[in-house]
Amino acid sequence: MVITRRVEFSASHICRKPELSDEENRKLFGLAANPHGHGHNYVLEVSIEGQPDPVSGMVLDLKELKELLQREVLAPFDHRFLNYEVAPFDRVIPTAENIARDIWRRLEPCLSSQGRKLHRVRLYETPDYYVDFQGDEACSE
Amino acid sequence: MTRRYQFAASHRLHSDALSEEENWRLYGKCNNPFGHGHNYVLHVSARGPLGAWGVAVDTRLLDQLVARQVLEPLDHQNLNADVEWSKPAAPTSENLAMEICRRLKRNWSAVFPGVWPTLEKVRIEETPRNIFEVRADEIE
Repeated sequence: MVITRRVEFSASHICRKPELSDEENRKLFGLAANPHGHGHNYVLEVSIEGQPDPVSGMVLDLKELKELLQREVLAPFDHRFLNYEVAPFDRVIPTAENIARDIWRRLEPCLSSQGRKLHRVRLYETPDYYVDFQGDEACSE
Repeated sequence: MTRRYQFAASHRLHSDALSEEENWRLYGKCNNPFGHGHNYVLHVSARGPLGAWGVAVDTRLLDQLVARQVLEPLDHQNLNADVEWSKPAAPTSENLAMEICRRLKRNWSAVFPGVWPTLEKVRIEETPRNIFEVRADEIE
């Protein structure tokens, strides 16, 4: 079965490639290239696949998952300017896709053990736009 | 096709296999002896080809099945004291999702005797933040 925990964080970002001109960035990223940045209320859903433990009846203690998300995601990301304050977004453009992949990389080593594994990271940039990341294998040919 | 339902119920997370202290350590505030409640949101997903009316599932039949097997026995009940579980277990939402899926699967063919529609998935939202999904093919 799959269990999912949902959390929110607010952060600002700029989507622009430094080697491109303002005009080219504007063409590629639209309003998201605005040089002073802008923000979102991100909603993150982290899903874990596994079977409930026969004694506890739980796939994973949700208190533990809550603490893990607090430590690995909310503490570094919430109320931050991603490009200036959160590595690797000083080098990697903080699109929703790249943020979802970075969150996967932060969580995956802590979650995949004892018959359970990280199943999916879903990141809503706005209520109308979200991305799913299920590991690099899921997108390779 | 997915249909959404709601019911309210109370539970206490407690395993008879563990001591009072171990239960408290494992479940924390969810082990409060008086229990606590949730407004559970249930999603039931079924799969099928479009019939002559252009629908995959007769929702009236699905509603009747869900009402009889899930909503009537669980709504405004205490999941520890008032509900007979087909496999006795601590009423975590993992086990609740599996119990609901088992009930629907066992009684499915009485309501939907044909090849289609089939029961696909049960999803329980204990709160908007805690979500549990089980596929029908994971349940005997």
